[in-house]
Amino acid sequence: MITVSSETELAKVIAGAEAPLRVIGGGTRGFAKAVTGDVLSTAGMSGIELYEPGALTIVAKAGTPVAEVEAALAAEGQRLPFEPMDHRALLGTEGIPTIGSVVAANVSGPRRMQAGACRDSLIGVRFVDGRGDVIKNGGRVMKNVTGYDLVKLMAGSYGTLGVLTEVSFKVLPATPAQLNVVVRGLSDAVAVQAMARALGSPFEVSGAAHLPGEMTMLRLEGFENSVLYRAAQLTDLLQEFGEISVDEADLWAQVRDVTAFAAQDGDVWRISVKPSDAPKLVEKLSVKSVLYDWGGGLIWALTVPGKDVRAAMVGTGGHATRVRASDRDLPVFHPEPASLAAISAGLRAQFDPRGILNPGVMG
Amino acid sequence: MEMPNPNAAILSRKAEIVARLKEVLPADAVISDPTETRAYECDALTAYKCPPLCAVLPASTDEVAAVLRICHEMGVPVVPRGSGTSLAGGALPTADSVILGVAKLNEVLETDFDNRFIRVQSGRTNLSVTGAVEEEGFFYAPDPSSQLACAIAGNIAMNSGGAHCLKYGVTTNNLLGVTMVTMEGEVVQIGGAHMDAGGLDLLGVICGSEGQLGVVTEATLRILPKPEGARPVLIGFDSNEVAGACVSDIIRAGVLPVAIEFMDRPCIRATEAFAGAGYPDCEALLIVEVEGSDAEIDAQLALILDIARTHNPVELREAQSADEAARIWLGRKSAFGAMGQINDYMCLDGTIPVSALPLVLRRIGEMSAEFGLEVGNVFHAGDGNMHPLILFDANKPGDLEKCEAFGAEILKLCVEVGGCLTGEHGVGIEKRDLMTTQYTDTDMEAQLRVKDVFDPNWLLNPAKVFPLAHTESRRAG
Repeated sequence: MITVSSETELAKVIAGAEAPLRVIGGGTRGFAKAVTGDVLSTAGMSGIELYEPGALTIVAKAGTPVAEVEAALAAEGQRLPFEPMDHRALLGTEGIPTIGSVVAANVSGPRRMQAGACRDSLIGVRFVDGRGDVIKNGGRVMKNVTGYDLVKLMAGSYGTLGVLTEVSFKVLPATPAQLNVVVRGLSDAVAVQAMARALGSPFEVSGAAHLPGEMTMLRLEGFENSVLYRAAQLTDLLQEFGEISVDEADLWAQVRDVTAFAAQDGDVWRISVKPSDAPKLVEKLSVKSVLYDWGGGLIWALTVPGKDVRAAMVGTGGHATRVRASDRDLPVFHPEPASLAAISAGLRAQFDPRGILNPGVMG
Repeated sequence: MEMPNPNAAILSRKAEIVARLKEVLPADAVISDPTETRAYECDALTAYKCPPLCAVLPASTDEVAAVLRICHEMGVPVVPRGSGTSLAGGALPTADSVILGVAKLNEVLETDFDNRFIRVQSGRTNLSVTGAVEEEGFFYAPDPSSQLACAIAGNIAMNSGGAHCLKYGVTTNNLLGVTMVTMEGEVVQIGGAHMDAGGLDLLGVICGSEGQLGVVTEATLRILPKPEGARPVLIGFDSNEVAGACVSDIIRAGVLPVAIEFMDRPCIRATEAFAGAGYPDCEALLIVEVEGSDAEIDAQLALILDIARTHNPVELREAQSADEAARIWLGRKSAFGAMGQINDYMCLDGTIPVSALPLVLRRIGEMSAEFGLEVGNVFHAGDGNMHPLILFDANKPGDLEKCEAFGAEILKLCVEVGGCLTGEHGVGIEKRDLMTTQYTDTDMEAQLRVKDVFDPNWLLNPAKVFPLAHTESRRAG
């Protein structure tokens, strides 16, 4: 394994590389790992470089542990808005998740629906491209339209366009109080309707998940009186859907990390669709188990090994990512239409003309 | 500001180009008479003007594709245009270019309240998107000042913001999908009603690419439920430093106002003379707005006012009625008009880290004296996006050049303190030649390579965003 401790060193390694490189942070999100090449770890480039709570901005080197970033923010009563998932339980991986890998995989959790994805909070990047050039884009201010937004392009590019060395985020205040409004006994289809009702209200729902057979949960966050007020309003609004209760149970980390599937065998798919399309799609899939997040817009599906959920998605918009699988025959990412695939291939060829960064990971 | 010399070969083929365009568009959608093309000679950056070769107004995605195929085949540059409200010259033509206006593409194609999105044609104006959903209690969040006139196409090209982005983000955070036509005339669909990209985030790089990567003809936009209510407070301070510290303290206290606006003394005085909103005569003024139910607003404002009091404000004004709320906003909303009443002005758009505010305002004051030009500052303080308004006299020889030089110094200062050249207006031609202060050649080369992929012949809005010297070899090819 090649480890580097600085951007300069990384640039030298990439410029001098004669064989493919498998880029990893903490190695905890192995679903999109390249299969050939030397492993190149970014974990040695670590540390928070700037944190200004009064400006809601933090800058960290890519190899900084996510936990370190979250702890620094928590100490000032702030947080990453997008609630990044920890993949370790689901994938059975060990290691220390890094903030760079969160960006490389655009990892977001339940609050994505309200606060945006990782890419929406990301305001700056530095990276080394496949030529060995050090490139910066964006910066440390939250409004910046100077030149093209390569910040977004790097988020979710899985190390195929460049290796991240530094990432900057807009952060948000953490909220002192949290309540769940819980509806029980809903079918998947009715649950998605109930969540749509809640999400179309002014009561600022920051989590909307449906656990079939168990419950439908709506999360409210904020100052205590505000949360109590909104819980009462939501209870009124959803009355017709069935038995409603309000509790303080914090099950959102379990939703975020899909821990329910951790101990169950089978392939795991992450499917992004228009929320109202979700229940019908799930019916067609004949899954072993399912979890709806983002008000139905995100389906976590547990299927028998080798099943291709994409066949059932023809005619539905959206995309499916294979997050856990026993065999690697099915592509991790949803195949793109030819026109977009050509653009994506063109971008990869520009940023990594020798095809040495995580080859094959994205196509 | 230099623009490239028009290509004489293209100018000489005007009749042929117009004839080809008329084959695919109705006759009244191709404007080639020199008296009529003058309507497209500039955008809201009126200091620079140049009539295009011709202008076309296609009425469908297919017509846009047909136009682009012809221009691609004939090697004619195309300048896309929304409503022409760009302050950066984003829609400024060259004499050898075809203006492709999307004004006729203004339909709402789909509204879906359960899934919280609207799909519109890109020529639709920003405010009329909200207009199409507000009866159901929804709104489209990005709210540039020009929202009555500006088109979604331009918003996407410039990644437009507005006063409320501290809470709701800018265009890119509210854009779910586009239908885009490439320079070759190929129609591509990117994103849709679902969240996040399946592959590379092409939508993310298209948004804010200033019409250089493709022509967006349709957009799927996220809509949000309207808050129950909103209310502003006005807080006056006798020092910019203290006002800046107050902003920082409000943010650190865990409140997320929907807007924090800042005005300095020259701006306050100008707006008072113009609009008479009853602002105090102080050095710095904040307007802080929060949202929610009445009780939630009361609680948040109480916290904000407690924080403000620790900074010894010279004025604290809570709106007790809708009328009073409107009066608090009146001066801020009249600021540009008020400055325009005094003289011509140039509006800058740099962003700075909020912590650098006192330093930057002090330096702007000093430079104002050095250049002999007055400047007023209006500022989205929560996100550090400044709008210095430099006053000059367009009829006085040399004043525009002096104003531009002053503006360039302010923007360099923004970059120097850790900020950027433009927070929401875009680079266009206005800040093109300053790009080297923010980006190295390598940084810029990475961006140019993106354009190489989408538009290998560099025909789409080619003379914008990047210094001409950096793009010359590509544009020639």
